[in-house]
Amino acid sequence: MTKVYVSSVIPAPAAEVWKLVRNFNGLPGWAPFVAESRIEQNAQADQIGCIRSFTLKDGGRIRERLLALSDYDLSCSYAILESPMAVENYVATLSLTPITDGNLTLAEWQAEFDCAADREAALMHQIGNGVFQTALTALKHRFGR
Amino acid sequence: MVQVRQSTIIDAPIDEVWAILRDFNGHDRWHPAISFSEIEGGEPVDAVGAVRHFRLADGGELREQLLALSDKDHRLSYCLLEAPLPLMGYVASLRLKPVTDGNATFWEWRSEFNPPAHRRDELVKLVTEGIYQAGFSAVRNLLRRRSVVSPIDARQPRAVAVPMPSASVPRTVSTVAPGQASTTKAILVERYGGPEELQLREIGLPPLEPNQVRIRHTVIGVNFIDVYCRTGFFDLLQPPGVPGMEAAGVIEAVGPAVSGFSVGDRVAYACPPVGAYAERRNMAPELLVHLSNDIPDEIAAAGLLKGVAASFLLHDVHVVKRGDIVLIHAAAGGIGQLLVQWARHLGATVIATVSSDDKARIVERLGAHHVIVYSRENFAEAVMRLTGGMGANVAYDAVGNDTFAGSLAALAVRGHLVSFGQASGPVGNWDIGRFASRSLTISRPNYAHYTDTPEKLAPHVARFFQALRQGVVRVEAPTRYDLANAADAHRDLESRRTTGALVLLP
Repeated sequence: MTKVYVSSVIPAPAAEVWKLVRNFNGLPGWAPFVAESRIEQNAQADQIGCIRSFTLKDGGRIRERLLALSDYDLSCSYAILESPMAVENYVATLSLTPITDGNLTLAEWQAEFDCAADREAALMHQIGNGVFQTALTALKHRFGR
Repeated sequence: MVQVRQSTIIDAPIDEVWAILRDFNGHDRWHPAISFSEIEGGEPVDAVGAVRHFRLADGGELREQLLALSDKDHRLSYCLLEAPLPLMGYVASLRLKPVTDGNATFWEWRSEFNPPAHRRDELVKLVTEGIYQAGFSAVRNLLRRRSVVSPIDARQPRAVAVPMPSASVPRTVSTVAPGQASTTKAILVERYGGPEELQLREIGLPPLEPNQVRIRHTVIGVNFIDVYCRTGFFDLLQPPGVPGMEAAGVIEAVGPAVSGFSVGDRVAYACPPVGAYAERRNMAPELLVHLSNDIPDEIAAAGLLKGVAASFLLHDVHVVKRGDIVLIHAAAGGIGQLLVQWARHLGATVIATVSSDDKARIVERLGAHHVIVYSRENFAEAVMRLTGGMGANVAYDAVGNDTFAGSLAALAVRGHLVSFGQASGPVGNWDIGRFASRSLTISRPNYAHYTDTPEKLAPHVARFFQALRQGVVRVEAPTRYDLANAADAHRDLESRRTTGALVLLP
């Protein structure tokens, strides 16, 4: 089991950041590498079990299932069903925590998955840096810094 | 049941922060509220169930028990067993999370407890500000102090290297050798003017003279006299110069001609020459005061100048006696709060004026017999009414233009107006012939003339510290600003929004 953990300080109140990231169908609105997204089977984007199917700007397609969404804990977990990355048992969680000092937000994004041993380092970098940190950096800029 | 939750970002790797926080017996080394800590029965500090015994900076004692400790989750929980305050059922936990983007640390401190309803707000504020927020600043300062002496390679970057978040504060690492020129961060006034003239700069720190010591400031006091230096009303500061006449810190180096001070001594001062708004400075030690263990840095930096001033205002400029009627303006301000408490202790009847109802409540709690909100009521008339037409024996007025005429009108026959500041502007020109109608005396004391030799200063320092120890006066926890934000501190001070003292953290 491989783990990736990335965290960032977003210069906005947690409620505001959450409004944006709670939308399971909203990646194209803030993640710079996502071209378009839809929810399969005409389900609601906050319906646990719904599947988002999105295409990346590089053409790749990913399908992910919403496993958990908490407006109380400000967290969202999902699993990959299909992706161009050779990963198995991939489960990720994006969660927000208020930072009272300055009214900012700690955003944490973590994933666990299985993969071939020789691919592990490259995948950790691709997911930790190319996906999670890139998206969190975009969030930071979106909220002004 | 109330819940308190505070969190912050500390600009240091999680392992460094955890090393400080996981030490259940270490608060006395960094938390300003804790002066002494020990683990009962000699238990290991990381044994779950261990009980720590704290002596507080204000003399109170408390006992807390370690309930859980996790090096895996960077989490620690504890409960209160005994305390001088009714924090019933207090269980607290703190936890850290790494901020990989910038190699910083998220720190959350939270608790639940059952306060008595009538003290709920006060206790929540105490825990929020006096314990948690004060703890955040203290650990930040501790790490900053360490970064000055430890090599920078103690901080290895983590896996994901990305730019520091802009919320974080870059650290300076410098080496200090006595006699060798160096630099320090300081607030520089390049020309007289508004708060915007207070700019953070890296300035040269000259080699130590034989009769000087070098002080690393831990807390810097902000006083109205600093505003006068900034605007040029007083010529204590010649631009370009560093303002500030009050600070606490630690002696870092001692010139060969200095006696009575050693490296590592905790000291404070409240005197010219200016230059306190800096991380470090050199100065002659004549007017430095040694701090005993029961006087925390923050209280010294927030209170020394005001305490010494209050001492000479009440014991020297005018000798306040039992039965005197004392009028104190700006009574919720830093020096006003001390004057109110101390004058009452001396047996005077204290009439205080303040600008708002919130400030009135503060001053009532400090023991003022009568509080007048001068924005609503003519205070001179109110003083006459309260004193049956007699008036006040002495008026302490640092407000200046707005109150000067009223203060004169509020005085008794042979009354004494002590004008020791002019926060609202100069008092203008007065025909002293008019003072004959009640044989009034006016004083315009200058701090330096009462404190500029060790012989003049020492009795006031001793009297102030004694008053602190005996609880005659209390210095409330000051409002803190980063040194870089000195301009904000001046703006707030000049806008009269503040109560109590203001300090800068280098």
